[in-house]
Amino acid sequence: MTDGPTPDAVATAAPQGAERFLEVRGLKKYFPVKGGVLNRTIAHVQAVDDISFDVAKGETLGIVGESGCGKSTTARLLMRLIEPDSGTVHFDGRVIGASNGIPVREMRRQMQMVFQDSYSSLNARLPVEATVAFGPIVHGVSRPEARERARRLLYDVGLDASRFMKRYPHELSGGQRQRVNVARALALQPRVLILDEAVSALDKSVEAQVLNLLLDLKKEYDLTYVFISHDLNVVQYVSDRVLVMYLGQVVEIGPVDEIYANPRHPYTRALLSSRPSMDPERRITEPPLSGDPPNPINPPSGCRFHTRCAFANEVCARVTPVLSTFGDDARHEVACHMMSPGSGHPDAPARA
Amino acid sequence: MAEVEALRPGAEAEVPIGAIVARGYWGTVAYRLSQDPVTIAFGVVLILIFLAAIFAPVLAPHDPYKTNMPMRLTAIGTPGFLLGGDELGRDMLTRLLYGGRVSLFMGLTPVLLALLIGGSLGVTAGFVGGKVNMGIMRVMDVFYAFPTVLLAIGLTGALGTGSRNLLIAITVILSPPIARVAESVTTQVRAFDFVEAARASGADTSTIIRVHVLSNVLGPILIYTTSLVSVSIIISAGLSFLGFGVTPPTADWGLMLATLRTTIWANPYVAVLPGLMIFITSMCFNLLSDGMRNAMDMRF
Repeated sequence: MTDGPTPDAVATAAPQGAERFLEVRGLKKYFPVKGGVLNRTIAHVQAVDDISFDVAKGETLGIVGESGCGKSTTARLLMRLIEPDSGTVHFDGRVIGASNGIPVREMRRQMQMVFQDSYSSLNARLPVEATVAFGPIVHGVSRPEARERARRLLYDVGLDASRFMKRYPHELSGGQRQRVNVARALALQPRVLILDEAVSALDKSVEAQVLNLLLDLKKEYDLTYVFISHDLNVVQYVSDRVLVMYLGQVVEIGPVDEIYANPRHPYTRALLSSRPSMDPERRITEPPLSGDPPNPINPPSGCRFHTRCAFANEVCARVTPVLSTFGDDARHEVACHMMSPGSGHPDAPARA
Repeated sequence: MAEVEALRPGAEAEVPIGAIVARGYWGTVAYRLSQDPVTIAFGVVLILIFLAAIFAPVLAPHDPYKTNMPMRLTAIGTPGFLLGGDELGRDMLTRLLYGGRVSLFMGLTPVLLALLIGGSLGVTAGFVGGKVNMGIMRVMDVFYAFPTVLLAIGLTGALGTGSRNLLIAITVILSPPIARVAESVTTQVRAFDFVEAARASGADTSTIIRVHVLSNVLGPILIYTTSLVSVSIIISAGLSFLGFGVTPPTADWGLMLATLRTTIWANPYVAVLPGLMIFITSMCFNLLSDGMRNAMDMRF
C-alpha cells in the first residue's frame, strides 16, 4: 500500500454497528491546577472534555488538531495510562476496566501504543532485543521464546536482527529507534495500535519509510490504527477516517476524503488551508487562523472556537454546538451551529 | 558515548558487521574507567589498604594489644617497630593494620545499610510520587534540621556508646541524603516515555522498578554513595575520638588519634599516623567517586 487510501477502502472501513472495535463515550479528563498557599486545586485544565467516537475494526482513524488540543491525552486515556474522570471505552464490546468488562491488563495486551519521542521511549540501559522482549516476558512468555519473537519482529520492522538485537538505543538512528518502538508495540500481538505522533519527530524521508512500514504491518498483522498527528498530509495519507479536535473536543469527524475535500467546520477549513501549498501561484499570504488556541483552563463559552471563528455569531458564544450529522451523509459529523438547522445562527440552514 | 556516535553519522553503514562492539552501559563505564589512570591509581591504593586490613593478622609483626613500656613512643624506623610505638609501647604498624579493619568496617557498613534504606525509600518516593513522596521526603527532611555530627552524637548518646550503636547512628544520618539523591534521579527517570511504555506493556510497578528504573538510577546513586564512604569514615573516627564509638583498647584510627593526641609534643610523627590513614582513605574514596562520576555520567 504505497499510495493513499482508495475510496473503496474508505467505504468498507466505515463503522457499521457490529464492526465497532473501540467505542469511546463521553471521555473526560480535567487536570487539576494547584496553587496558592495551601496548594489547593484552583482550576482545571480541560484537556479532554466529553469526547465520543468509534473506531471500526481494521480501519485507521486519524486524529488531528493543534498542539495542546488533547490528542495525546486521548491516547493515554485509551491506554489507561491516565485515569479518565468520566466516560467509558468499549473494547470489542467490553467496557475497559469495568468489573464485568475487560481488565486493563488484558486490554493493554490487545492495544499498544507507539510514542512520539523515540529516544525517551526506549530504555537507554537495555539492548534493543531486551526492550522488545520485555512485554512478552511480563505476560508470561518464556525468555527464549520472547527473545525469538523479538528477533522476528525486529526483522519485520526492517532491522537486521543479527546486527541490531544487542545494540543500545544511542547506537541507533531516529528512524531505527522508531522501528524498534513499533516492534516493541507489536511484541504483544495487539489488535489495536495507537500511534501518538509516531513519525512526527523523524525527517521526511525516514518518515515516509516508517509510514509505509506501518501500512504494511497493518495489512500483515490485521491491525486497527488510531493515528495521532498534527501533520495533515500524513493523516490524509494513512487514514480512513479523520477526527478533528479543538481544545479537548471533537469538532468534526468523517471519512478522510469527505473531510479533506469538503470540510464543514470553520476550524477544519482553517486547518486545511494552513497547509503550505505546493503551487507557488497559490501561495497563502493571509494566516488562515490568527493567534493561539485559548487557554484550556478557562475555555470560551458555547462553541470553543467562537473566539477565533470568522463566522461567529452571538449564538456561538452562548450555546455549545452538538456533534451531529447533517445532509445525507451519516458518517460525516460536525459540531457547528452553521450546519445545524434552527440553531439560531444566521447562516444555518432552515429547519427541514 | 552518545555524542561520539552522533559525530559519525551513517557509521553502521560503512563499518563492517561485527566491527561495532555494543558494550552496554556497564561495559562502557568499565572502558571509560580503564582510560582514567588517576582513578585507577586511587582504586589500587584503596585495594591495598583493604588487603592490608583484611590480612592484618598475617602481616602484623606484633600483638596489637601487648604493651611494651620500654618502646613507648619510639621513633619511626626503630628496628622491629617500623612505624614506632604508641603511648603504651604497642607497635604502631600492627595497630594501624588492625585499626584499619575496624575503621573500614565502621566506615563501609553504615554506608551500605544507608544505601539499602535510603535508596529504597528514595526510589519508592520518586517512583510513586504524590502523597507517598511527600510523606517519605518530609520525614527525611527532619534529619536535615540537625547538624550531622551533632545528630550522631545525640543518637549514640541516646543509644549508648559501643560500635553497634555507632553503626546505627551513622546509618541513620547517612540515609536521608541518599534518599534525596535517589528520589531526584528516580523522579527524572519516571518522566521518560519508556516507563509509560513498560506500564502499557502490562508490567506491574515492581517489575518496572526492577528492570527499567534501577538500571537508570543505580549509577548516580552509587556515585553519591561512594562519596559518602569518606564522610562515614571521618564521622566514625570522629565519634570514636570523642569517645562515643569504639572503646579502648580496640585499635581504631579515630580512637588512636584521640589517645595519641596527648603525646603530640613528645613524638608528633607517630601521633599523626592514624590521622594520615584516615586522610588517605577518605581522599581515595572521594577521588574514586569523582572518577566514577566521570565514567558513568552519560546523558541519555
